[in-house]
Amino acid sequence: MEIIVCVKRVPLTQEVDLEINPQKTDIRRDMLAYSINEWDNYAVEEAIVLKEKHGGNVVAVTVGTEEDEEVLRRSLAMGADKAIRVDPGNLLPDSFGIAKILAQVIRGMPHDVVLTGVQADDLNEGSVGTMLAELLDLAHAAVVTGVTAEGEEATVRVELEGGVEEVSRIKLPALLCIQTGINEPRYVSIMGIRKAAKKELNVVKIEDLSLSRNDLSPMTTVEELFLPPETEGAQFLEGDPATVAEEILRILKEKGVKK
Amino acid sequence: MSEIFVVVEHRNGEIREITYQLLWKADELCRKGSHTLTAVVLCGEKENFISEINDRADRVILFEDERIKNFNGDLYKELLVRLIQEHKPILTLIGHTPWGMDYAPSISIKTGYPLATDCVDVIFENGRPKVVRQIYAGKIFSRVAFKDSEGYLITVRSGAFSIDKAGEHKGEVIKKDIPPDLPTARREFVAFEDAGAGAIDITQADLLVSIGRGVGEADKVPAMQELANLMGGVLSCSRPVVDKNWLPKYHQVGTSGKSVKPKVYLAFGISGAFQHVAGISGAGCVIAVNKDKKAPIFRVADFGVVDDLFKVAEALKAKLA
Ligand SMILES: Cc1cc2nc3c(=O)[nH]c(=O)nc-3n(C[C@H](O)[C@H](O)[C@H](O)COP(=O)(O)OP(=O)(O)OC[C@H]3O[C@@H](n4cnc5c(N)ncnc54)[C@H](O)[C@@H]3O)c2cc1C
Repeated sequence: MEIIVCVKRVPLTQEVDLEINPQKTDIRRDMLAYSINEWDNYAVEEAIVLKEKHGGNVVAVTVGTEEDEEVLRRSLAMGADKAIRVDPGNLLPDSFGIAKILAQVIRGMPHDVVLTGVQADDLNEGSVGTMLAELLDLAHAAVVTGVTAEGEEATVRVELEGGVEEVSRIKLPALLCIQTGINEPRYVSIMGIRKAAKKELNVVKIEDLSLSRNDLSPMTTVEELFLPPETEGAQFLEGDPATVAEEILRILKEKGVKK
Repeated sequence: MSEIFVVVEHRNGEIREITYQLLWKADELCRKGSHTLTAVVLCGEKENFISEINDRADRVILFEDERIKNFNGDLYKELLVRLIQEHKPILTLIGHTPWGMDYAPSISIKTGYPLATDCVDVIFENGRPKVVRQIYAGKIFSRVAFKDSEGYLITVRSGAFSIDKAGEHKGEVIKKDIPPDLPTARREFVAFEDAGAGAIDITQADLLVSIGRGVGEADKVPAMQELANLMGGVLSCSRPVVDKNWLPKYHQVGTSGKSVKPKVYLAFGISGAFQHVAGISGAGCVIAVNKDKKAPIFRVADFGVVDDLFKVAEALKAKLA
């Protein structure tokens, strides 16, 4: 089974006061730490699980700068066989552009299953996967929480609202957008990443993909980023933990919560 | 003047709430821009729910066929692309739901109409839509414009708009034939399964003590269970806690878990992603404990505590012991 998994490196934004750049088109990134997109981590694990079961190869692909190779090395350490980074140069493609670039790369490679995350932590657009499926003319499923491949087909579980799952049969080759919780992503050690440095990591330049400017012209553009409007929001309980605890218990009583 | 399409989402013979939210927003946009509102329904034969939407749209375009009795992304795409190419609606609104996420991007590729997803507001400016999205886990808002196009596609976050009926409409129902050359789907529905049922019913609790990824590790969960017991509450959680197998699925609050309505919801180490807070809109009072004073949960909470959750949990235990 030939498996391709698409990954993205995203900034960690918890417990950080995000600042907006002067042009108001992006956040200030200089102080942020990065990691693999949570959904993609599950997608890489699923790719490795499929390979362990059915044999074949896993290729991890990202569109990004040299720094983004970190998530490819991590994927290689998890068990991917090969990695590809597409360098977009000075282009800043939107999700449509990313899907086009990925499609162009993947078209030339054997693929039975293409995996992406459901969405990325940063912009939560959730559209690259299914756009890519359409560009590659692949059957697809979004929000996948289970995959069992058998022959030319697979049974997939798709997560809907309220704990309901939709079971369906899908023809291979297919693209699946992987949801968190589908598996338990394996631990990656520094040693593991060091060892994986021997594995093949190829860089493809965007100019070599025979895509025109028009192909990559964005469908949407960010006009302005802004901070959430100050709403009334929470009334903050101040003081040391004991005082706060006292206050919480008082609120419970007031709201009629019986012990 | 043009048409605005709303694609109706339904399941097991019932209209999903997101549909009413889309219709509410579409109604507002239609009145401001003198557009007309078309609800598009793809369903099995003789569904009863048409009467629940035709007074919210100027017309209802209806495709009836047993092949689309249950949602099918491949067939939705085929039918909607053809319909959009025929009518050229200025705007098509789709729910940002697992199903909407499945077919909206495909339609964008097929029609060339630009798409913005997971939007919390939509306006028209000089005949072109603009949207507001929430990014970086809700810490930043983003105003997004589209490239010029004949029509635009937008998926809308559930809960962003009202479910109320706004304007009066007399939806004329127009039945459409299924094209004879409709391809066979590459993915076929088998069954719905309930993965959320279990030993504890968090929807009935008066007090939920809810834990998020902020608890850090599985070993810390028993102490929080103990706190819930001491307080006379039930333990619930956010999704990562279930993803990591720290607690079973039936504890999960949110869009893919349970909607809850406790008198008090006490959230420890939960950031407040929309998929989570969508599940607590029925809570009487929300108290959130989080180290990050900018965590979006504080925007929906009634009371907030900016502190380490374990310190607060221990202090509560000390008072109750
Ligand atoms: C299709 C789909 C469906 C989804 N359905 C759901 C759903 O039903 N329910 C759900 O919850 N999520 C759901 N999600 C996931 C959702 O987007 C978020 O990823 C998730 O809610 C985050 O959970 P969290 O707040 O526990 O974790 P995080 O976002 O990681 O937040 C952890 C918080 O803990 C705080 N913290 C850390 N340490 C401490 C400490 N010691 N003391 C105090 N605070 C601390 C941090 O500041 C942070 O704010 C869904 C996502 C998708 C795409």
